[in-house]
Amino acid sequence: MSVLSARALRKSYGALEVVSGVDLEVKPGECFGLLGPNGAGKTTTLKLCLGLTHPDSGSIELLGEPVPARARQARARVGVVPQFDNLDPDFTVTENLLVYARYFGLDAKRMRPRVPALLEFAGLAGRGDARIGTLSGGMKRRLTLARALVNEPQLVIMDEPTTGLDPQARHLIWERLRRLTQEGTTLLLTTHFMEEAERLCHRLAIMDRGRIITQGTPRKLIAQHIEPQVVEVHGPGYEAWMARARHLAARVERAGDTVFCYAANVEPVLKDLAGNNDLVYLHRPANLEDVFLKLTGRDLRD
Amino acid sequence: MRSRLTLFAPPEPSLRWVAVWRRNWLVWRRLAVPSILGNLADPLIMLFALGYGLGAVLGEIGGTSYFAFLASGFVCSATMFAATFESLFSAFSRMHVQRTWEAIVNAPMTLDDVLAGECAWAATKALAAGACMLLVVAAFGYASPAAAVAALPVVVLVGLAFAAVGLAINALANGYDFFSYYMTLVLTPMLMLSGIFFPIEQLPAAVQAIAKALPLYHGVAVVRPLLQGEIAGAAALHLAVLAAYAIVGFYVALILTRRRLLK
Repeated sequence: MSVLSARALRKSYGALEVVSGVDLEVKPGECFGLLGPNGAGKTTTLKLCLGLTHPDSGSIELLGEPVPARARQARARVGVVPQFDNLDPDFTVTENLLVYARYFGLDAKRMRPRVPALLEFAGLAGRGDARIGTLSGGMKRRLTLARALVNEPQLVIMDEPTTGLDPQARHLIWERLRRLTQEGTTLLLTTHFMEEAERLCHRLAIMDRGRIITQGTPRKLIAQHIEPQVVEVHGPGYEAWMARARHLAARVERAGDTVFCYAANVEPVLKDLAGNNDLVYLHRPANLEDVFLKLTGRDLRD
Repeated sequence: MRSRLTLFAPPEPSLRWVAVWRRNWLVWRRLAVPSILGNLADPLIMLFALGYGLGAVLGEIGGTSYFAFLASGFVCSATMFAATFESLFSAFSRMHVQRTWEAIVNAPMTLDDVLAGECAWAATKALAAGACMLLVVAAFGYASPAAAVAALPVVVLVGLAFAAVGLAINALANGYDFFSYYMTLVLTPMLMLSGIFFPIEQLPAAVQAIAKALPLYHGVAVVRPLLQGEIAGAAALHLAVLAAYAIVGFYVALILTRRRLLK
């Protein structure tokens, strides 16, 4: 049984096909990441899965309910953290939770006893009477996450949960998300932070131009798509050096004024660089970002 | 094809719409007194200035004092403006600026619920404004308390009609400025033509026909005789026109809002 299963989803806006044949399978208890550059179709895919927009073709099953036909019943057991903050500025922190619970048919009598635990989870204990306008970006995001938990959901769907947050705030969100998965909640998130995906996700799918181009565990994707070692090189004379580097590494790429050398064994590259005082270099293991850039290209997506 | 069908699907609100109404009520509750005073100040100033000032010059109109004539019209226009402001400016901030509607439909709620709640809420605020005007009219002895109470259901219907139409306009708006077209090109002329300030028999037949196609006239046509203790001749027809504006307006608002948000 999967928590979410989507088959051959397609969705066009006018002549533009934003989602062109997406298959997704999210298993119970896992954290699944949907990665992709801007405009890849991630948000539309999530909206389709929630029944907030209808696919042109394909089928969706969310927590055993067919979507969009029974999307309302399915959403009763799902929590959503949207990309843009939409906390209610007319209410306090606690009121936001109480008012939102009403949309799930949960009245204050049932909800109020759960508020302290949710505030603690959001790191907002003692701030229950604060106005939304007085909260920092990180606090708002954590409250939005707590708000998504008012109905004790089996699945939490998050659209770019840490975009726009500083590193401290981001780490705190990650810690909370890990706590959720430990408690057995299934997570589906979109992100374009590879570090986030690598740290949090058990499995992930990379999406580009409306299609899923690969999926698997972060380690498997790195092993499958990219050489394990990378040397990044920049500085005066990098262009001339790049021609030589082609004989030293399995794959050599350039982005702006930086040369990327990928290989299983980068010793020859490092040895060559050791005698060069002009070039600045960084040797590191390959990561998800390298896979992502290899598969989706280095061009800007605006 | 499938998406076309959902766009035009008949409204299917669940009882959860009450949660949307309640959300707005909880916000408004704190600002209730200034909000009601604001709702009342404008029509009351107009009513006393025109009713006493102009009334002294005009004498009787349609068999009653000009103040009474004007007051029954203002019951309807105050209701119209209250419903309109709520369904335009306030609804737009919740839909577009604060993204409150998006948050709501992530819960097991639909846009049908959201619009039903918003429409009922705007009509509630309209009822508050209309009821305050009725209170003034009754307090000054221009209507019996029983007649004022009897006018309340009509006020609700006028409120629903303008709330529904307002929500349709809201779904088309790209900013607050958009609403000034509706206010100056539709509402202000309607206010002038609907028999609030003078009997519409004064107008050329063609203009009368326009007035009769618009909802405000039908509200005034029922409320004015009612406050004098009479039932209007074609009351059923007038109420039917108001109900039609409410029902068709709501359906159109729903289609336009679905087109705007469910993409």
